[in-house]
Amino acid sequence: MKRWLALFSLLYVAAFSLVTATEQTTPSRTAPPAPRAAKAAPGPTNDDCLACHADPDVKREAAGTSVLVDPAKFTDSVHGALDLKCVDCHADLKTFTDFPHESKLAKADCTACHAERVTEYDRSIHAAARRQSAGSVAATCVDCHSMHEMREKTDPKSLTYPLSLPATCGRCHGDPKVIAAGHIAIGNVADLYKDSIHGKAVSRSGLMVAANCTSCHGSHDVRKKSDAESRVFRANIPATCGACHEGIKALYDTGVHGTAIAKGNNKAPVCADCHSAHQIQRADVPSWKLDTIRECGTCHADKITTYRDTFHGQVTSLGFVRVAACSDCHGAHDIHGKNDPASTVAPGRILETCRKCHATANANFAKYDPHADKHDKARNPTLFYAAGFMKWLLIGVFGVFGLHAALWFPRGFRERQRKARQA
Amino acid sequence: MSTKYVRRFDSTDRLLHGFLMLSFLGLAATGLPLIFADQEWARRMAALLGSFEVAGWLHRVSASILITVFAVHLFRLARRLLGGDWGLLWGPRSMVPQPRDVREAVQHVKWFLGRGTRPRFDRYTYWEKFDYWAVFWGMGIIGASGLLLWFPVFFARFVPGWVFNVALLVHSEEALLAVGFIFTMHFFNGHLRPEKFPMDRVIFTGRVSLEELEEERPDEFARLRDTVGLDAVTVTPPEPWVVRLGTVVGTVAVTVGLILVSLILYAVFG
Repeated sequence: MKRWLALFSLLYVAAFSLVTATEQTTPSRTAPPAPRAAKAAPGPTNDDCLACHADPDVKREAAGTSVLVDPAKFTDSVHGALDLKCVDCHADLKTFTDFPHESKLAKADCTACHAERVTEYDRSIHAAARRQSAGSVAATCVDCHSMHEMREKTDPKSLTYPLSLPATCGRCHGDPKVIAAGHIAIGNVADLYKDSIHGKAVSRSGLMVAANCTSCHGSHDVRKKSDAESRVFRANIPATCGACHEGIKALYDTGVHGTAIAKGNNKAPVCADCHSAHQIQRADVPSWKLDTIRECGTCHADKITTYRDTFHGQVTSLGFVRVAACSDCHGAHDIHGKNDPASTVAPGRILETCRKCHATANANFAKYDPHADKHDKARNPTLFYAAGFMKWLLIGVFGVFGLHAALWFPRGFRERQRKARQA
Repeated sequence: MSTKYVRRFDSTDRLLHGFLMLSFLGLAATGLPLIFADQEWARRMAALLGSFEVAGWLHRVSASILITVFAVHLFRLARRLLGGDWGLLWGPRSMVPQPRDVREAVQHVKWFLGRGTRPRFDRYTYWEKFDYWAVFWGMGIIGASGLLLWFPVFFARFVPGWVFNVALLVHSEEALLAVGFIFTMHFFNGHLRPEKFPMDRVIFTGRVSLEELEEERPDEFARLRDTVGLDAVTVTPPEPWVVRLGTVVGTVAVTVGLILVSLILYAVFG
């Protein structure tokens, strides 16, 4: 008896709260524009749909798969809160009456409400891939936003919530099957991002402001990096990174590399050339520091050669970082030509630069040539002649004594045999 | 087998040579990775040493030992000179190159080619003198440039910046010469040539048998016999443990040296 009473009161409360909830949402009914127009048209109500779709046992005839739509999840979703009707999205059933309907329905069309977003999406690499091949696995609206349980991006339960977004993109971009099927050149980018400073800021520090996928790539209109409109197109990268790293961009824009890029010289490095795109590390991580030296050397080939001739270059080549790398003398973001007085290696500032490490260095010390070239007679005459002398000394000594030993060996061998015979 | 031996090197000479070997190997092992920093083996050696600070520290400790060895040697020479031992500067007991060295070198090469007899060497042969002066010269050049690079801020008070560029180049090139020469030519001339193979332990025992002396350095043998008399210079045979120690130390040093020189050859020609 008691149990019946309890069940009854529970049902009563549930029914009551449903009524209240409906009443509360009523005023907002006027808010969404398009679907309201269809309100007058006759057609199935959500309850009509849920008659079948709330039943976990109802299956599609041919495929045998479930047709379940969890009413609670839908009610809890952003569309549920707006009290949208199923047929607002499944528009081809708007006037349908003869249920059950065919199992193959038209794809839900988001354009009715989200025309602008869909237009953006149509310009994206995802849409382009879908246009290119019918069997494409490229993402559509629901792949990122989910279907019936769709939420706003400010909602922590949303797939597009900033802290969840990397995992959402990773559902495809971290899946080897999708990567292979989509011929995604960069590969498992989700894994790379996870270990980057941005990825860790999201996953470990829970930083809402940390760059996630959309911060750099945009959301609906993700474009190829070769597309001049793309946020990750070479020339656009400084602006993209600068959206957060504004102070660094200001420095970069004044430096030789930033001004070269601004003038249209695409050979000049942008942020991602030194920092990488998805594997960005803290600037004090040794492996990154060492790799950046190599990166500078890809353009400044002669400079890296002469750098490697110095103690600094040798030590970093061995894998240690407590000596000067390129950026320690030349700066990082605001590098200037050595004739520019603003340069850290300009005659007026070089001593100050040396003193960052060699605290008591004097002007003589700063005249050491950190890029001396022993082959360059004009630039380093004494070094040139010293190198020539040492070269011939080595050749001479090893030549003379090499020959000496080569002649001695057979004679010594016979001598040893002679002695052995005597003994 | 003669049981009579003659003293060739006194205990201080042998001790100095021991420290010389130790510090030289230490300098080579910690310095070569820098010269060949682009090589995988150099990175592994550097990683094995822990950090470049540790390698740098070992390099400086070894350098200090070697400089001390050099200073003690110079002090001993000076003391002998002040004691009136002018034979240090000229004559059969001198390291100074002399006309007979040129004659002996020519005659020695003729002998290699089977045209003549072996020169009647005295106490120091021409190649031994070259070894000695090569190290002497190397000590000056590598030592001076090394100190310059050790205390650049201090020396920059007296010398212009380009001197450091030259010092860095000379330090490494001269080091390559020294390492290359010791680990090939010195090893060959002293130990690995067929007459001596696998090694000559005289630098460890300090003694050479009369028989060997007569054959290898007949002029010295004759000079000793005719001046002070052989009995006056005869010493007891080396203790077996000294011979064994010499074998072990010599084998280790030669092995390490040959490994290092192989790595250099691999880096240069490989």
